Amino acid sequence: MMRFTTLVKNPADWMTGEGADNAIVLTSRIRLARNLRGESFPGWAKKEERRHALEVMRPAVEALPCMKDAFSQELDDLSSVQKQVLVERHLISREHAARGEGSAAVIERRQSIALMLNEEDHLRMQSIRPGLALRSAFDALATVDEELEKSLDLAFDHELGYLTTCPTNLGTGLRASAMLHLPALVLGDQIGQVLQAVNKIGLAVRGLYGEGTESLGNLFQISNQSTLGESEETILRRLERVISQVATHERNARDKLLEDDPAMVADKIGRAYGVLKHAWIIDSKEALNHLSLLRLGGDLGFLPADTVKSCDALLMDIQPAHLQLHSGRKLSPEERDSIRAEIVRGRLQSLQAPDMGSTRKKNDSPDQNPEIL
Amino acid sequence: MDCDICGKKAKVHLTQLVGGQIKKIALCDDCAKEKGVTDPTGFALAEMLLGKSAGKVSVPAPFQTGAGRRCAGCGFTLDDLRRIRRFGCAECYTTFHDEVGQMLRGMHKGTRHCGKVPAGLMELHARTQRLEELRGKLDLAVNSENYEEAAGLRDEIRRIELRATPTKD
Ligand SMILES: [Zn+2]
Ligand SMILES: [Zn+2]
Repeated sequence: MMRFTTLVKNPADWMTGEGADNAIVLTSRIRLARNLRGESFPGWAKKEERRHALEVMRPAVEALPCMKDAFSQELDDLSSVQKQVLVERHLISREHAARGEGSAAVIERRQSIALMLNEEDHLRMQSIRPGLALRSAFDALATVDEELEKSLDLAFDHELGYLTTCPTNLGTGLRASAMLHLPALVLGDQIGQVLQAVNKIGLAVRGLYGEGTESLGNLFQISNQSTLGESEETILRRLERVISQVATHERNARDKLLEDDPAMVADKIGRAYGVLKHAWIIDSKEALNHLSLLRLGGDLGFLPADTVKSCDALLMDIQPAHLQLHSGRKLSPEERDSIRAEIVRGRLQSLQAPDMGSTRKKNDSPDQNPEIL
Repeated sequence: MDCDICGKKAKVHLTQLVGGQIKKIALCDDCAKEKGVTDPTGFALAEMLLGKSAGKVSVPAPFQTGAGRRCAGCGFTLDDLRRIRRFGCAECYTTFHDEVGQMLRGMHKGTRHCGKVPAGLMELHARTQRLEELRGKLDLAVNSENYEEAAGLRDEIRRIELRATPTKD
């Protein structure tokens, strides 16, 4: 069985974006909700009942081929920082981390498949991929689902599909989402329009960080809301179409920025570079917003292309629990801000100043595909 | 964010559905411990912590009958369902079938599952859906006094029902 330290030592495949175009769509994520027949749902179950459900599920989950030598822990056996690190990596939900006895997490070695046992539903299964890859993420999870239904008696109804604790997840139990980096749409003031349009067709949009309408780091998540009355295929197809349209809008907005106001873009990226390279105290809001611009600089050609990858790793590593894990102790907010600055400076040490003359030419972008529109 | 109870710095963040609304709750370590939120799986958590007022947000049209009706599978009552808008176990969906219909209005793109079916249930699922469809047609035929068609449909339904009696568990 894999230890916590081994699990989190390396970034997940989907974090490094290995082998995928993740300049605009960082990750794709699929979640399936499943429950056992004849067992109370976790939120209603008594402690012994939850424990019983866990004893039924856990061997089946651990026996999955993809879970060979996996990380498998009851949440009670993890420290609060450890749980928080898993939340920051999107491997378990905040709600799951808050649950106590009888809840467990089983996570595949490469962190691309993660199962939460006794979350809101008995089983919440998750699959994550870099770039826009909802289909392959779904296929990976469908295999897991089909494997599990051989050994577990899943709650399924011929009219309502897979039965879930909350009726908002009924039917397919499928929540598909993608995380998008949309700095040019934000800078060009088009973001409101785009997000409104996405909302109108029944998809949910939210900022990844920040509260309410505020979005830090220009990172957004788009997901389906309806889970009943349509097949998985229909849900995924619509979502994939919309996400690639938004990505195309962002690509066009990046090109337009370069054409219309290259000095403004250069100024923003240059300032972000200056602050991140030389700050000694930086809170997470400031860091996220500057990293977002640095990431844009990497994509536009002001900075080496692998800057995008370094920024993505930093987005994860500068979060509070990751900082505490890194330091091996509890940190005050002030200490966190200095250590955050230290880590950022260290990672960007060898990054040369942006070369404002060498912006990527308009037609170099491989993923530009106006026909989608 | 500050603790919802004492205003100190919050450490525990929870999201709860109260009266159909998402409620975010923030608690400091002390208050979390005092309220026993080391195990915050209880549904009515927001209510418990913030008082009844937390649930005062426009509760959708109340269900009509039998607040005490109880799921034989898990003991969940209609009253529980009204309060937390979630279910206690799979069997609840049968116990509260009519209320499910009300809750689903406008929630999703449709009200019938069209997705994946567990491999072992595929045949049964296809038959159940076919019967449902034929019964719908039968109703239409009877209503429009098309008795010849109705008789044919009735025969087909009987044939399917006889071919294999679905195992009820
Ligand atoms: Zn407090
Ligand atoms: Zn029940």
